[in-house]
Amino acid sequence: MADISCNIAGVRSPNPFWLASAPPTDKQYNVERAFKAGWGGVVWKTLGEDPPVVNVSSRYGAIGYRGQRMAGFNNIELITDRPLEINLREITEVKRNWPDRALIVSLMVPCEEASWQRILKRVEQTGADAVELNFGCPHGMSERGMGSAVGQVPEYIEMVTRWCKAHTRMPVFVKLTPNVTNILAPMRAAQLGGADGVALINTVNSITGVDLDLMAPMPMVNGKGTHGGYCGPAVKPIALGMVAEIARDTCGKLPISGIGGIETWRDAAEFIALGSGSIQVCTAAMHYGFKIVGDMISGLSHWMDAKGYATLDAFKGMATPNYVEWGELDMNFVTKARIDQDLCIKCGLCHIACEDTSHQAIAASRLEGRRYYEVIEAECVGCNLCQHVCPVEGCIAMVPVPTSAPYLTWKNHPRHPDNLATTE
Amino acid sequence: MSVNVAEVESLLAGEPGEKLSSRVRGGRLQKETYERNFDDLHPPFTVQEAVVEADRCYFCHDAPCLEACPTGIDIPGFIRGIQTGNVEGAGRTILGANILGGSCARVCPTEILCEGACVWHGRNGKPVKIGALQRYATDWLMDRSIQPFVRASPSGKRVAVVGAGPAGLACAHHLSRLGHDVIIFEQRAKAGGLNEYGIAAYKVPHDFAQREIAYLMSLGGIEIRHGLMLGRDFDLPELLRGHDAVFLAIGLGAANRLGLPNEDLAGVEDAVAYIAALRQADDLSKLEVGEDVVVIGGGNTAIDIAIQAKRLGAVNVTIAYRRGSAEMSATSFEQELAQINGCTIRHWAAPVALHGKDGRLTGVEFATTETDPGGKLVIGEERFLLPADQLFKAIGQTLDRGAFPTTSSPLVETKIRIDSEFATSIIGVFAGGDCVSRDQDLTVVAVEDGKRAAAAIHNYLQP
Ligand SMILES: Cc1cc2nc3c(=O)[nH]c(=O)nc-3n(C[C@H](O)[C@H](O)[C@H](O)COP(=O)(O)OP(=O)(O)OC[C@H]3O[C@@H](n4cnc5c(N)ncnc54)[C@H](O)[C@@H]3O)c2cc1C
Ligand SMILES: Cc1cc2nc3c(=O)[nH]c(=O)nc-3n(C[C@H](O)[C@H](O)[C@H](O)COP(=O)(O)O)c2cc1C
Ligand code: SF4
Ligand code: SF4
Ligand code: SF4
Repeated sequence: MADISCNIAGVRSPNPFWLASAPPTDKQYNVERAFKAGWGGVVWKTLGEDPPVVNVSSRYGAIGYRGQRMAGFNNIELITDRPLEINLREITEVKRNWPDRALIVSLMVPCEEASWQRILKRVEQTGADAVELNFGCPHGMSERGMGSAVGQVPEYIEMVTRWCKAHTRMPVFVKLTPNVTNILAPMRAAQLGGADGVALINTVNSITGVDLDLMAPMPMVNGKGTHGGYCGPAVKPIALGMVAEIARDTCGKLPISGIGGIETWRDAAEFIALGSGSIQVCTAAMHYGFKIVGDMISGLSHWMDAKGYATLDAFKGMATPNYVEWGELDMNFVTKARIDQDLCIKCGLCHIACEDTSHQAIAASRLEGRRYYEVIEAECVGCNLCQHVCPVEGCIAMVPVPTSAPYLTWKNHPRHPDNLATTE
Repeated sequence: MSVNVAEVESLLAGEPGEKLSSRVRGGRLQKETYERNFDDLHPPFTVQEAVVEADRCYFCHDAPCLEACPTGIDIPGFIRGIQTGNVEGAGRTILGANILGGSCARVCPTEILCEGACVWHGRNGKPVKIGALQRYATDWLMDRSIQPFVRASPSGKRVAVVGAGPAGLACAHHLSRLGHDVIIFEQRAKAGGLNEYGIAAYKVPHDFAQREIAYLMSLGGIEIRHGLMLGRDFDLPELLRGHDAVFLAIGLGAANRLGLPNEDLAGVEDAVAYIAALRQADDLSKLEVGEDVVVIGGGNTAIDIAIQAKRLGAVNVTIAYRRGSAEMSATSFEQELAQINGCTIRHWAAPVALHGKDGRLTGVEFATTETDPGGKLVIGEERFLLPADQLFKAIGQTLDRGAFPTTSSPLVETKIRIDSEFATSIIGVFAGGDCVSRDQDLTVVAVEDGKRAAAAIHNYLQP
């Protein structure tokens, strides 16, 4: 059996599956249930200074897709609404009861050194393994000068991180907000400030929908709505992109805890392959309960066994070198769509997608009275739109055209403006 | 097809010049038709079908389907594995709770078990196809010969199991996992019990029962000795002398009789014995089946024999049952399956006489029945006759007492009596499966018995 134990920035856990800082980690009761179910670690729900915040009623919005619930999830909750004292006491007890699990405490206090110093001292006494600085929440806290209001200003990130490193011996993770144009800027600021690692992504600023009767955005509180943080399966591609960006930029040297839309062992494996050391889950646990970690552990282990990866490090970051700029792709590589006529159910979706919106490369005809769809190879540009719209798994294959032509990047392509100039 | 008793005489005479015996014969169908008729009742899921079906599962908390499974398989847990592509994990989850999960996926009456409890019923939807998903995941493991279990270090104990049916096999597998050596004594040439000799052929085609046993045996630590019958070749005291414990899983070897005169007419057959022959036949066209077939009984055996007779080419097949549809122990799904296959079900009819000519069955005479206000069955005045050249008795099995010629102590009336720990009244002798008393005689219940009895025996063997 593969060893899936995890060590990231000195924080150890029996498996890489952590619960992200959110309601599932707000109380000892929840966290101990999670540990019983098998979760390797938790990031405790963000602590702040007393008096605690007050939350509104109706806090979540969700996007379903074609009968599946919660493809995307949105919240307008704030940080923990329980007194600091209670949280710290529970954290101490949980760590004592579960010494082998990772327990990281998420923090968000005003942008003053004294505030951070004060809370860090108290967290240190709990025996927690690390802290995570929440520079992420796009709602509520940002309007108070915290959360993404800090996370969007690299100078602030660097300053607060530096304070924290100065005032604690615990490893410091900086949790990044995706609500920026370039994720590398806040990441570099955290690095400059001395962060031991980054965690990303926090939620994406959003409105989930509009109630067309009440004419108010959702989620709605007594007829009014506000922007909230989007997460769940829908945000996974955004998160993967940002994780890959950071892993590539730092050559895998900066520990990353990957977050965003992770629901299955496969999602987790993808984050790890792109450079994450641990992964964090919020929405999937809120949707199905803690039991899902059973399949995550079993699925990841069996997959690693099948691939011959003995440890997480054996494949961590393996996909990062293959994440390149567009300009480094091979212009001589060509694939063509091929329809398996035995599998084809003659729905015509491939044809109309290509005919109406792309390259007119799938002919619609009748063969012995039956509908017949066939790729016109000469017209097919290998975009694979048809493969994506086809409802039958494995029916349309993208077949590489054998070529002896060398790997050709755009820079060396005859149509690159520089090369046009020289040939003319 | 029924006629008044007054018309009996002319009818029983048959067509002039017709040889009655020729009406019961094999070779009624083309070779391809036989093959088609006895192939998989439900073809297996493709990958995409499995994933789409798995996506319908809500991953319920404290899931009612799990509760309804006699072996307590974590159904939402394994379905999630199929959803996420962790099919190996799914298969392991199933087999951990039910080592014959592959058989059960095919033969369980899911409509009254897991699927009957699925929460989709509460929103007027079709239940998640748990059986088919279970088959998908267990096939995946078996096709790759992945044996999920390892044996504990040897305990030095030897346990004798009598009967290699589902109960005996499940018990043996669990005992072997716990480190004990197991010897199974089986009277028949093949292991599997009714999985091999009784279940309808189209539920477990392509030699599935034997493939599953080979897979189960690949754990090691289990030896099957064939051709040895308790009560004939050895007895209980002998077994106890040579082993640290004994598990009796001998099923129900004897068939109930109708108790009518003429029961030995040619053409009057025992359904279970006939199915056993069918299951073992290399050439289905050799099986002789009548033109007018009557089946007596209201359970799944009645349904199974009726459908299989029809699929062997019988022209008219009628199942006669002495009570109504709701009282039949065959599930509504099974009843429908019989009807879809072209069998007729006649309710409220009890056989009162068998008619024959030249020693062969020619018809079955029935009385109409009804229940009195107390629910007791009463025979009515009406009589009718169904022409029949073949009749199958499917009115239940009983314990074959031949197994205990000298000892009668573990027996009570019709079945072996056990306590809640599967122990009989003889110390060191345990029993489970169909041969003990309980509500349902099902493969999955026998497996659970074997599994729980193994735990009890393991306990008993502790110093
Ligand atoms: C026709 C028919 C169809 C059925 N269809 C279904 C179905 O679709 N689904 C379902 O869930 N259940 C079905 N059942 C019920 C199911 O097959 C049984 O509940 C199950 O097989 C019981 O398992 P068992 O191990 O207790 O007994 P069995 O399967 O009967 O096995 C007993 C074994 O013990 C051996 N044995 C008996 N006596 C001795 C002896 N004295 N010495 C040595 N060996 C001995 C026998 O040869 C046999 O191998 C069906 C039953 C019948 C009869
Ligand atoms: C209801 C809710 C509350 C959250 N609260 C916090 C919080 O207090 N601190 C924090 O750092 N992130 C918080 N998050 C963000 C999550 O930790 C996580 O980064 C995000 O949901 C993306 O992961 P997911 O797609 O698995 O849900 C919250 C998310 C949700 C849904
Ligand atoms: S999930 Fe619980 S707290 Fe939230 S609305 Fe429902 S019952 Fe109330
Ligand atoms: S989309 Fe797929 S199934 Fe539909 S016509 Fe095209 S190839 Fe066939
Ligand atoms: S009851 Fe139905 S939906 Fe719920 S877990 Fe079981 S199979 Fe899934």
